[in-house]
Amino acid sequence: MTATKQAAPPPTRARGDVRGARRLFVVRELGIALALVLLIAVTTIYNHRFLNAQSRKDLMLGATILVVLAVGQAIVVITRNVDLSVGSVLGLSAFATGKLFLAMPDAPIVLAFLAGVGLGLLCGVVNGALIALARVPALVVTLGTLYVFRGIDYSWAAGQQINAADMPAGFKRMGTQTLLGVPVLALFAIGVLVVAGFYLRSYRSGREMYAIGSDPAAARLSGIPVGWRVFTAMAVSGGLAGLAGVLYAARFGTLDAAAGNGIELNVVAAVVVGGVAIFGGSGSVYGAALGALLLSTIGSALPVLRIDPFWQQAVVGALILAAIGLDRALTARIAQRLRGRRARGA
Amino acid sequence: MPERPDHPAALLALSGVRKSFGAVHALVDGQLELRAGEVHALVGENGAGKSTLVKVLAGVHAPDEGSVTLDGQPLFLGGPADARAAGIAVIYQEPTLFPDLSVAENIFMGRQPLRSLRRIDSAAMRRRTVELFTGLGVRMDPDRPARGLSIADQQLVEIAKALSFDARVLVMDEPTAALSGVEVERLFAVVRSLREAGAAILFISHRFDEVFALCQRVTVMRDGRWVSTDPIEELTVGQVVRRMVGREVSQLYPRQDTDAGDVVLEVRDLTRAGVFDGVSFDVRAGEIVALAGLVGAGRSEVVRAVFGVDRYDSGEVVVAGKRLPRGRPAAAMAAGVALVPEDRRQQGLVMELSIERNATLTRRWPLSRLGLLGPRAEREAAYKWTQRLQVKAGHLADPVSTLSGGNQQKVVLAKWLSTEPKVLIVDEPTRGIDVGTKAEVHRLMSQLAADGVAVLMVSSELPEVLGMADRVLVMHEGRLVEQIARDRADEESVMLAATGQNGDAA
Repeated sequence: MTATKQAAPPPTRARGDVRGARRLFVVRELGIALALVLLIAVTTIYNHRFLNAQSRKDLMLGATILVVLAVGQAIVVITRNVDLSVGSVLGLSAFATGKLFLAMPDAPIVLAFLAGVGLGLLCGVVNGALIALARVPALVVTLGTLYVFRGIDYSWAAGQQINAADMPAGFKRMGTQTLLGVPVLALFAIGVLVVAGFYLRSYRSGREMYAIGSDPAAARLSGIPVGWRVFTAMAVSGGLAGLAGVLYAARFGTLDAAAGNGIELNVVAAVVVGGVAIFGGSGSVYGAALGALLLSTIGSALPVLRIDPFWQQAVVGALILAAIGLDRALTARIAQRLRGRRARGA
Repeated sequence: MPERPDHPAALLALSGVRKSFGAVHALVDGQLELRAGEVHALVGENGAGKSTLVKVLAGVHAPDEGSVTLDGQPLFLGGPADARAAGIAVIYQEPTLFPDLSVAENIFMGRQPLRSLRRIDSAAMRRRTVELFTGLGVRMDPDRPARGLSIADQQLVEIAKALSFDARVLVMDEPTAALSGVEVERLFAVVRSLREAGAAILFISHRFDEVFALCQRVTVMRDGRWVSTDPIEELTVGQVVRRMVGREVSQLYPRQDTDAGDVVLEVRDLTRAGVFDGVSFDVRAGEIVALAGLVGAGRSEVVRAVFGVDRYDSGEVVVAGKRLPRGRPAAAMAAGVALVPEDRRQQGLVMELSIERNATLTRRWPLSRLGLLGPRAEREAAYKWTQRLQVKAGHLADPVSTLSGGNQQKVVLAKWLSTEPKVLIVDEPTRGIDVGTKAEVHRLMSQLAADGVAVLMVSSELPEVLGMADRVLVMHEGRLVEQIARDRADEESVMLAATGQNGDAA
């Protein structure tokens, strides 16, 4: 097999190399999926109950919020930016949902979604406007708004805690209901993922996000409205964080101002582990979602495997380093293969 | 002098275009008239304003004054998108592709063919990409990422992009600078077929053989101004060069005659694959040697390798009889070599730091006591050198970014002169600084040479090279092609060698 490949005539090999390079891109997402399957398999062998119906449901529910946030974050990271404020936006939106039901116990669930997403969108618009108009790097802006939004949340809550008992029954039911074995909340995440994946792949503005992350200066020279696209990405990330807040409220019911504290780093980790290059331009929301799934599954699997929770952090860290190492190795290999193609008699 | 162009068939015309960046007048009087079915050459020395003119056409810079007309109608270019909508395609010297995206996506970015629901029709996009490349007579996989494409292939992608939106005006800024002979021929074939299809092409090049082989008319620019536009057959290479250079080499250059001492810097067969090849030269104490050549000839790369910032594959650098280790700037500094880099903002200074910090960065250890760097020692050292070089600054604690370009350059010089080098390498010492400061920098270099420092100067400004240098080394495409003594050096001999016209190197 190997011998035949080596014996192939040079032009064919050149084409094969290019296709191989493309295959390597796919491998990233496949690699994470494989790691996920392996993790589940090992854990299930260790403890058969890990994959029973209730536990499957818990796994999906546990991943839901992280997946929604990771999809938004992936869009932002693809444009070579980052949104660190998502945890605070989630907290704000979750608390707002609770407040809404306190004020209007009969409010339709749709209204809660509209309010949560709208609030998140507003936060995202603030981030986007600061980045696009004031030309401040996203890292700095969202680090600032991370504290600002959380501060607003704390001062609004003023120590108050909203209990599950205050939530309307229909809303709470949504947090536990399943449809064909899939939790309703997870359906939201799947819907968000499919729409975002489809948009990034099939729409001009979606492809322009990749172009901006790949080379911002070239994007400007090709007439892409860079500021506007980055603004949109930030707004979408904010809106999705708002949605995640509503889902959080539905799932946990009990809310205080600390909801989603520190989750932004998990989200960035999920995106990076999922193969979205931190310097933009490559990766996909599917990879980011897989990364989120992997991280949340690790969180559930380690206690089953009776591993000290302390190691969970270390495993996540090791995964991030592995993902980055793999990324560098792949980039180097792809570059080498592609360069092989232009071998000329120079 | 020929008359100013005024032709009814002008497709695109620029007149009286002016563009300044702060105090720098990049373009004072830009004139250009492109006709359909014609390849028009634009030539001029480095810094003559060619690239600024291109950026005006590309919609990147809005002109301060002057007009752009297309088909006789005034054209407003508010951004690159406007230029593209007007059918103007620009191919930059360094192609601007998205490395992570496929070739097909690079070509159709923002204009992808659509199918129902405004979705991108990837199949149609791939098909049209293949058609475009077939039309260009090349084979390229539309799905491969742009990362790793050679410069020549990247340019083909850019040309395919221009073709994909039926560009009527194609601007090519030094497209052949990084191409091999075969690739240039392939590019020319493409350009000729575009011309026959009725496109107006602006071709910028330093290579006169190409200009004369390809173009119908030639516009010469100098110091941001239009000089002349003529049909190519009415001109000779010599005439074009004279118009490009055109000014007096004046008393701006107070070169004192000094006696050259011992050889201080010896460079032997320095080679870095694909960048420079077999470069050998000596610089003696008290001598100013200029390294001349076109942008991209490899001059800066050579001096960077000498100083140890860049690596080299083979050859050796000897300073005062001792061989320098490769790739170790600290060793070069210890041996008494100083490099004033080309780009002072990126490489010469730390823009956010204060003037005094910048001026003493090279002497952090000698100035420190017990490993601690006291503010007083820094301030005194900085004061001494900024006084000597007459840096005009409000306060030495101000960030260096608040200074003018000329004064920034003096701080860079101060930083390196304070190490009391035996060999001073200066890369484009007077780029982007005003005439008065230029003269000061020149006087300083002359003074240093008189004090016995060996000075190696890279410069793209011919008058500076001719006015300052005892010897001129000319590089062309990575090789040292000529060594011209002071009394034999003039604009034409240097320019001809730099453009590879002297037969042996071409």
